[in-house]
Amino acid sequence: MKKLINSTESVVEEMLAGIEAAHPEVRKLDTANVLVRKDSPVNKVALISGGGSGHEPAHGGFVGKGMLDAAVAGAVFTSPTPDQIYEAIKAVATEAGVLLVIKNYTGDVMNFEMAGEMAAADGLRVDQIIVNDDVAVEDSTYTTGRRGVAGTVFVHKIAGAKAEERASLDEVKAVAEKVILNTRTMGMALTSCTVPAAGKPTFTLGENEMEIGIGIHGEPGTHREELKTADEITEHLVDRILADLPLTTTDEVAVMINGLGATPLMELYIVNRKVQEILETKGISVYKTFIGEYMTSLEMAGTSVSLLKLDEELKVLLDAPADTPAFKVF
Amino acid sequence: MTLLSRKKGEHGLKLSTSDILEIVRDIGKVIEDNKQYLTELDAAIGDADHGINMARGFRAVSQKLEGMRSEDIGEILKAVGMTLVSNVGGASGPLYGTAFIRAASAVQGKSSAGLDDFVSMLDAAIEGIKSRGKAELEDKTMLDALIPAVAALREAEAEGMSLVAAFARAKEAANTGMLHTKDIVARKGRASYLGERSFGHQDPGATSSYLMLASIHESLQELRR
Ligand SMILES: Nc1ncnc2c1ncn2[C@@H]1O[C@H](COP(=O)(O)OP(=O)(O)OP(=O)(O)O)[C@@H](O)[C@H]1O
Ligand SMILES: [Mg+2]
Repeated sequence: MKKLINSTESVVEEMLAGIEAAHPEVRKLDTANVLVRKDSPVNKVALISGGGSGHEPAHGGFVGKGMLDAAVAGAVFTSPTPDQIYEAIKAVATEAGVLLVIKNYTGDVMNFEMAGEMAAADGLRVDQIIVNDDVAVEDSTYTTGRRGVAGTVFVHKIAGAKAEERASLDEVKAVAEKVILNTRTMGMALTSCTVPAAGKPTFTLGENEMEIGIGIHGEPGTHREELKTADEITEHLVDRILADLPLTTTDEVAVMINGLGATPLMELYIVNRKVQEILETKGISVYKTFIGEYMTSLEMAGTSVSLLKLDEELKVLLDAPADTPAFKVF
Repeated sequence: MTLLSRKKGEHGLKLSTSDILEIVRDIGKVIEDNKQYLTELDAAIGDADHGINMARGFRAVSQKLEGMRSEDIGEILKAVGMTLVSNVGGASGPLYGTAFIRAASAVQGKSSAGLDDFVSMLDAAIEGIKSRGKAELEDKTMLDALIPAVAALREAEAEGMSLVAAFARAKEAANTGMLHTKDIVARKGRASYLGERSFGHQDPGATSSYLMLASIHESLQELRR
């Protein structure tokens, strides 16, 4: 393992200290691995997200005006514990209530739910939504269901903008659900990644192999195949999304091309070129495109493509101002 | 080690609070020894953190129990559960944490525990895991080791077996259940994302559950000596 770290035990704390030092708009709680927005309005629904670390800038990078009020950082790729999430809730809870934005993983859901129960026992108003945008995973009531991946950032942005308008908890939750209903993501990896405490790559891929349907935790994807060209890969990713999110010529979408950690922008732009071409051929308009690292998987090479089907409300909220370390709209 | 009712002979063997503390500490050692192994199993069908999570949790448990003086087994197990919940993270933290907290309620206020108490504790633990994780037998989770184990324990109780002999059976049943997870496809937890590709791999959580039961058996043999 070759990493720029001091010790495998201290990665999360030291990273949070670095974020806090770089971005005066966020503050780390003394009591927990939680980043909170410094100037959170007191009369606004508070948005809290979080999960394992190793997905930077998610989620700490999205704390700030127009997005999250707090982000809880668990150990690398491991859901944070209920007491940490509870500290986050206590730190930012308002009369207007708290909305927990949870990515759909068994661990995250259980830990956030337990924290929500602890806070509710204190009389705080807490509600939650579960993001499951990953089309690689079959959805079924008998299974854990789809994972929450890069599309979660759209939820942060849009629900955050709604909360900033002083909408009620129910309204913020409703718009978050609308985003979830209309967002789909599909990812692929060229290389694996190494959890610092594990010391070696989670899986290995041959020089000519790629993993399709990858998540963001180095967990294997749905299948492995021979490496293809960027255009062929992109076509597959978009096809899978469109098979699940039927779009017509009157539809408008937001596109997110997310780098998983080690893929250069150059390659993300190459992927984007093909995404736009496919959408254009189908007569689907692109309202806005986001390219870069939003939800990474440590040093994994690869990408995910997300599409969000927009309506007027979502467009306005997507364009609303946001000022966070990793996502800014002015 | 003084066993409360050793005089009563094998069948009535009851464990004291210090025996329980010893058993929990031994589990911690076994988890630490198998940290790498559990993580490797999780790397195959999960996210390579199960051993790391469990070892972190049980290290915290050892610290918590250090110097703990209690004449209530329920109080001890509750402390174990709470410590696991706040230190393990992942899926296994809330699940094992809930399991110990529920087991604690089954023996609340008791200063000694026999086979019947162990059956109640494990029953309560399994109910807790089920209600928190919404999984069932054959979903390829820790339940596939635990459910057969408690069934074996109950059978052994009905046959009037000793605590040690009963746990030998439970350990065997857990082992079979753990190995059986190789033959099934995951429907719960992170491994479920793999679908058919989870086939052939042993579930890390079922393995840690087996290791805990095997450790309890080992501790009981030590205590009997
Ligand atoms: N719903 C469930 N019910 C019972 N056991 C479960 C459930 N989901 C997962 N497990 C068990 O948890 C084990 C994995 O635990 P682990 O500590 O690796 O957490 P994780 O799934 O990686 O959590 P996270 O997603 O937050 O990282 C699995 O092997 C399985 O036995
Ligand atoms: Mg895991």
